[in-house]
Amino acid sequence: MTVLADRPTVSGRTRVSHPGPGRRLRPLVRSGLDHLLMGTVTLLFASPILYMFIGSLKPDDQVLDGLSGFVPRDLSLDNYADVFATFDDPSTGFFLNFFGTSVIVTGVVVLGGLVVNSMAAYALARLRWRGRDAVLILVLALLVLPFEAIAVPLFYLLNDFRNTMAVQSVPLIANAFSIFLFYSFFLKLPKEIEEAGRLDGAGPWRIFVRIIVPMSKPVFATVAILSFLTQWGMFLWPVLMVSDPSVRPLPLAISVYQGQPPFAWGDIMAFGVMMVLPMLLVFLVFQRWFVRSVASTGLKG
Amino acid sequence: MTAPPPPGSPRTRPKARREEWAGPLMALPAIAGLVLFVALPFAMAIGLSLFNVRLDSFRPPEFFALEQYRRILVSSEFSGDFYRALGNNVLFAAVIVPVQVTAALGLALLLNRPLRGMPVFRTFFFMPVVFPMALIATVWRLIFDPGPDGMLNSVLGLATFGLFSPHDWLGEASTAMPSIMLLSLWQGVGLQMVIILAGLQGIPGQLYEAAEVDGAGRWQRFRAVTLPGLRNTLVFVALVTTILSFRLFDQVYILTRGGPDGATSTVMHLAVTTAFAESNVGRAAAMTVVLFVVVLCLTLLQRRLVTQEREIS
Repeated sequence: MTVLADRPTVSGRTRVSHPGPGRRLRPLVRSGLDHLLMGTVTLLFASPILYMFIGSLKPDDQVLDGLSGFVPRDLSLDNYADVFATFDDPSTGFFLNFFGTSVIVTGVVVLGGLVVNSMAAYALARLRWRGRDAVLILVLALLVLPFEAIAVPLFYLLNDFRNTMAVQSVPLIANAFSIFLFYSFFLKLPKEIEEAGRLDGAGPWRIFVRIIVPMSKPVFATVAILSFLTQWGMFLWPVLMVSDPSVRPLPLAISVYQGQPPFAWGDIMAFGVMMVLPMLLVFLVFQRWFVRSVASTGLKG
Repeated sequence: MTAPPPPGSPRTRPKARREEWAGPLMALPAIAGLVLFVALPFAMAIGLSLFNVRLDSFRPPEFFALEQYRRILVSSEFSGDFYRALGNNVLFAAVIVPVQVTAALGLALLLNRPLRGMPVFRTFFFMPVVFPMALIATVWRLIFDPGPDGMLNSVLGLATFGLFSPHDWLGEASTAMPSIMLLSLWQGVGLQMVIILAGLQGIPGQLYEAAEVDGAGRWQRFRAVTLPGLRNTLVFVALVTTILSFRLFDQVYILTRGGPDGATSTVMHLAVTTAFAESNVGRAAAMTVVLFVVVLCLTLLQRRLVTQEREIS
């Protein structure tokens, strides 16, 4: 945490060039004002989130209620129970279906992606084989393609596989950007690693699994976090491919839920909290990694 | 280090061969995935855009040459909608890029100081980034609710002692896009902020000290040290934000469906509606190809701007 926030800079140091009566008071007032400013900005960022959390605990008719939506009154967990009660037959889908779909699809894309993309990057960065340079150029060229540019033809191509978990996950496992992140990292590892391994008689597979992977935790964490972030919120692809509630992921499910009257806003907020909670917990626990990953790559999705 | 064994000696040959095979084998799964699900669909996007392909018709696709492009770019029937959507993307980028980058720079500067509790503040500024857009759009629907109980209406009513009458933020053409922009800003600014913050930490402290010795004030130090030091970071952030602006879809789909009257329509939203509601895959593909050309140009522009800087320094 300290890496990003606590390093003092010269511009931030308190100036001592103003002698006078206010000398002692000044830093105190300044730091007070500073905290006030920071607190106000924090409130701007936190209030929609706070609103969601409080709303999820309030009776439905007290959520959309102007500023009093923030007043924690008549709190209960009823809304959470209501979410499970609302989604209780195959025509509406079950909440655990939505949640399970998101977990499975995200799990397959993140874990499968870590394995497949790191292997490819290792082959491209550290092994010599015919055709390697051509493959590398292909990967770098595909970096420029946003998913949006291929969504429509992919939807056409995979039309027969609609409403499956496979179609939501398998096409997204291989990822040029993940390969690129692994590739840049592997390229910087010292050459001696493989030489030492080779002297011991280890082949490329064993060197990769036993030596390279354990050395490369930071890049694995970065790729895992970025793909988790993208995948948990993935919306465009399920909009195109999923209509069956039994394989509907959470983002699509909440968009359907909040679009159908009657609007039980307390329940909808409870749905939202349950949807974001896994992400939020992972973020709070691995915050340093989150921030560092995003800062180092600067790309989400 | 020991001398390398002579080439072709029996001890190295099997290993060299192993590597020759291991490389393609290890690359295979990912490369197959990329070819099948990225490269092929992209080639298909171009191919489909040259045909009249419809999902709801059993007739074989008819070769259309550049007719789809003529329709979306020139014809009076469809080009209006397309330019409206593209124009909205451009408008979104034109507003959100300067505003969001400036806001992110401001927040990063606020955080890059020795004040107690900074990590906590940073956590909150960054938190919206981890929220799925579908959820954020849902929560902001309550904030933009047209009734007097909508959060924004309620706050504005209170701040003006009741003078402000409730406004239909998402339902009126003039405020629908600004509303989408506002929630996108709230969600995205934390991302740019941490990138700029990392850039700020990369500026050597001696530069500031030297500037201070020369008698440079706060503003002068910002102009002479901070901004030049952040140049590449800011170019990068601005272009990534621009590209994201052209991919705009989720919040539009959930909150306004492109309405009212096309005021929030975007290229992606129009493409999805064309492919889905109208089953016209060919025309939708042509739209995404145009989108790709825009994104490609922006990416090339970014690479150019950043390399130029490297050559100078």
